[in-house]
Amino acid sequence: MNPLASIGRASLGMSRTTGRVALFAWHCFLAMIRPPWFFGQIWRQILGIGFYSLPVVGLTAVFTGAALALNIYTGGARFNAESFVPNIVGIGITRELGPVLASLMLAGRVSAAIAAEIGAMKVTEQIDAMRTLSTDPFRYLFAPRLIAALIVVPMLVLIADIIGIFGGFAVATQSLGFNGALYVRNTMDFITSWDVGSGLIKAAVFGFIIALMGCYHGYVSGRGAQGVGRATTNAVVSAAILIFASNYLLTSLFV
Amino acid sequence: MNSDPKISISNLHKSFGSNKVLQGVELDVDAGKSLVVIGGSGTGKSVLLKCILGLMRPDQGSIRIDGEETTRLSQKNRARVAGKFGMLFQGGALFDSLSIWENVAFRLIHADHIPRDKAKEMALQAMARVNLAERNADLSPAELSGGMQKRVGLARAIVTRPQILFFDEPTTGLDPITADVINRLIREQVTDLGATAISITHDMESARHIADEIAMIFQGKIIWRGPAKDIDHSGNPYVEQFVTASAEGPIDVMGG
Repeated sequence: MNPLASIGRASLGMSRTTGRVALFAWHCFLAMIRPPWFFGQIWRQILGIGFYSLPVVGLTAVFTGAALALNIYTGGARFNAESFVPNIVGIGITRELGPVLASLMLAGRVSAAIAAEIGAMKVTEQIDAMRTLSTDPFRYLFAPRLIAALIVVPMLVLIADIIGIFGGFAVATQSLGFNGALYVRNTMDFITSWDVGSGLIKAAVFGFIIALMGCYHGYVSGRGAQGVGRATTNAVVSAAILIFASNYLLTSLFV
Repeated sequence: MNSDPKISISNLHKSFGSNKVLQGVELDVDAGKSLVVIGGSGTGKSVLLKCILGLMRPDQGSIRIDGEETTRLSQKNRARVAGKFGMLFQGGALFDSLSIWENVAFRLIHADHIPRDKAKEMALQAMARVNLAERNADLSPAELSGGMQKRVGLARAIVTRPQILFFDEPTTGLDPITADVINRLIREQVTDLGATAISITHDMESARHIADEIAMIFQGKIIWRGPAKDIDHSGNPYVEQFVTASAEGPIDVMGG
């Protein structure tokens, strides 16, 4: 075994995959901006990705906000900075934890579901059937999912921001002795619209990644149950990694 | 008088890595004729069909539909040519998330932009042509038996009265009686529509029923072609072995 050959093969494989994903994303983008748009499909996906993800996103946010408040209080107490709890919970949730954690939960729920559905359609020849029926799967299947994710993930993150801040508020006022009105005023005074806006921009990017990875891995799924299972796993893992990587890039742009 | 063939395939090649699946297929099908391509598993039948349908791009060669070269068509022109086709997939390939009538009317609604109520009416007519009762219209595909799913697939294939019909292993996985029903329906619809048909199968009973002509593909090439009535005395040892379903003969089924 020549180790250089192995490195070369892995590099070529990664380049090939990157190229394929980029081409796939380009075709999806063209399908998103050009008519016809399948509004019924977009609406169905908005419900599937958005509405039905509310419980998981809400629960993630409330517990994250609550734990964040406890940690900041404990850490802040070391140098008499307990009063910064509302400020840091607010900025931490809106700029970072709201978008990243909500998107990670959605990567698990939505990317996997999209990859499984499209992978199953691929192996049962439904995508081929669609083509023989003069319908482009990029327009009918992929574009509605991407458009829906672009719309609803920022909305979900906005809801996660509110619930996350409420989680911090609940712990701070019930366990840590904060005054409720003061906590709300501190939060409102400290958070800027850019804190929230930059988180929502991140959410839109993460939404695109979540839907793209689900669609791509479903579309290139191998045969049989094993192929679809692998596509599902790959979709979740690649979406999560890309969310972390793009989060770093976007954060470095926004700070 | 010689007229141009409806489908004309010449020197068609397709490989996957080092696996040469199609190695120079030559095949013409005249308008209104039903050609059945027989051959064992892995001989290139499905790849041939996918190349004609435009689901796969051949490496080399020509596929002409009504004289128009189709191997390098743009997406828009591909959709236009696909408008001439009706296809029955091996497993039905029905869309799980849609009802039966929505499956049948899929092309009418999404490609031809016919209003839903009119499309439903046309779908119900197509279902009636394949003996599917209207009460099934709102069911989902998972609620139907394999034979009924095949009939839905057939209704979907014929709903726009296409010029060319393709059938991929139409009787695979069906009991003999249901298979006979499907064979009869296919023959009826091909005759009624006056369509050109290409079917692939390894079911000789089905081939005899639906074919005007039969061609045998072996190692990526058409090695015999003739009228369906001649299939039992083809004089070709490969065809004879296949038709008699014998392990003895020039086709090495044990060689991997």
